[in-house]
Amino acid sequence: MSIAAQKESAYQPPDLTGAPNVIEIKDLVTHYGSREILHKVNVNVREGEVLVIMGGSGSGKSTLLNTLLGLVNPTSGGVHILGQELHAISGVERTKLRQKMGVAFQGGALFSSMSVLDNITLPLREHTQLDHNTMRIMARLKMQVVNLAGFENLMPSELSGGMIKRAAFARAIVMDPRILFCDEPSAGLDPIVASAIDELILSLRDAMGMSIVVVTHELESAFRIADRICVLDKGHILMIGTVAEVRASANERIQNLLNRRTEEETLDPDEYLRRLTAAND
Amino acid sequence: MAEVEHRTVRSRLVDILEQVGQRTTAVVAEIGLGAVLLGQSAFWIVMGRARSQPVRISATFARAMEVGIGALPIVTLMSLTIGIMLAIQSIYSLRIFGAEDQAVVGIGFAVVREFGPLITGILVAGRTGSSLAARIGTMRISQEIDALTVMGIEPVRFIVVPALIAMVIMVPLLAFWADLVMLAGAGWYIGVDIGTSMPAYIERLTEIVHIGDVMHGIYKSMMFSVLITLVGVINGIGVTGGAEGVGKMTTRSVVLAISSIIVTDMIFTYVTTRA
Repeated sequence: MSIAAQKESAYQPPDLTGAPNVIEIKDLVTHYGSREILHKVNVNVREGEVLVIMGGSGSGKSTLLNTLLGLVNPTSGGVHILGQELHAISGVERTKLRQKMGVAFQGGALFSSMSVLDNITLPLREHTQLDHNTMRIMARLKMQVVNLAGFENLMPSELSGGMIKRAAFARAIVMDPRILFCDEPSAGLDPIVASAIDELILSLRDAMGMSIVVVTHELESAFRIADRICVLDKGHILMIGTVAEVRASANERIQNLLNRRTEEETLDPDEYLRRLTAAND
Repeated sequence: MAEVEHRTVRSRLVDILEQVGQRTTAVVAEIGLGAVLLGQSAFWIVMGRARSQPVRISATFARAMEVGIGALPIVTLMSLTIGIMLAIQSIYSLRIFGAEDQAVVGIGFAVVREFGPLITGILVAGRTGSSLAARIGTMRISQEIDALTVMGIEPVRFIVVPALIAMVIMVPLLAFWADLVMLAGAGWYIGVDIGTSMPAYIERLTEIVHIGDVMHGIYKSMMFSVLITLVGVINGIGVTGGAEGVGKMTTRSVVLAISSIIVTDMIFTYVTTRA
């Protein structure tokens, strides 16, 4: 039975109580222009856990991820990664810290001018003094981990959606990072490939002991892989809990998200009409 | 009624002023971004190795091949054509005064001081500047630049610096090649039309055109290379949306690069010859 299937059938959250935090987000506020996207977000990621950040469109989950990656500067609050304040450290320190972080982007973000192997080798080439052959061996090993062996010389344009995601994972883990970030890992994939990607995430956690942060709006995927789920809505955290806790939540917004209901659908028709009229006025 | 019209005129005026203000701010911001990119490029060229992020020679070489060798056929063809065209026009106009044998004077100066670097700059802006904007734009929308950043690879060092170095080396070399081909084309036509032999033409050329004139063109082409690179990069960074955004900014980069080359050319020529 696959790891994901086992998890689905008999969910046993690992006991991570007492595990140290690898990421600490404290009172994080982020704006785009004058618009507040994240409002006083507080969440920690424990060592060795899969934390899924879940939310609908416009909930702020991508902004939260970009802030965690240092691509967006917060207005206030802080992000501590492996004990270092990401947005306050020097450029050199940040470069070193980033070598302990891997990122698998939604679209893969593979360099179109490089072969798959060159893409995966790139971080090694840029950050290590290893010789050429050693780097290629290491990259091939990671390709085996993600079940992509034999596709080294293909260009990204020659890969399928699932293969692009796998190649992105291989590049993200080639430096053996302590933390892996995944942006919508199963979005746009058919259920079988999506399930395989979920298994890959779990195997990376179990085999390599990585802490993994996954941003997704795919409920099935989130429930399969999460040790804990952080539910975001309009820049606020609605709850942080295990899969069972989130499923059992009485919070109306969470239930709407779980049942894929829009806000309008849950409103009383008279109230909906009143809001529409007010908006037009 | 008059009050309403007055308000409409005033609000239009405010709109126009607002647009002018926004565009001015955008232009100033782009010039500032260009200066920052240039400063960062200089930083990574000098400090890259110390920061364990050296500028890769292989990447620079690949860009140089693309900029220089890749452009050689079109630069050669255009230069030959323009050289012949210049000779035709010079002989035509000087024949009015019976001084067509003096065509070489005008052609010599015009080619090495003006046409060689200018035509090369325009061709490179259309060819390499646009491809740089398109490449960076595509990298931006497919999150490749974000990927570089989160991998701890400085995008300016990785993308901009190799392109900048390649351009600063290859564009002057291309301009020098364009000078030679244009002069050869003009010399061939002068020989055909007024019977001046090639050795006599070369001798006359070397009498009147000095190394300073050639360097005047080379310095200009160096400036053009920096301008083309910065305009390409700035427009690539500015891409929003999908493929349509890339197309728009690529076109914009060509127009801006060619315009800025011509304006800079005029200023440089004035400063170095008149001031």
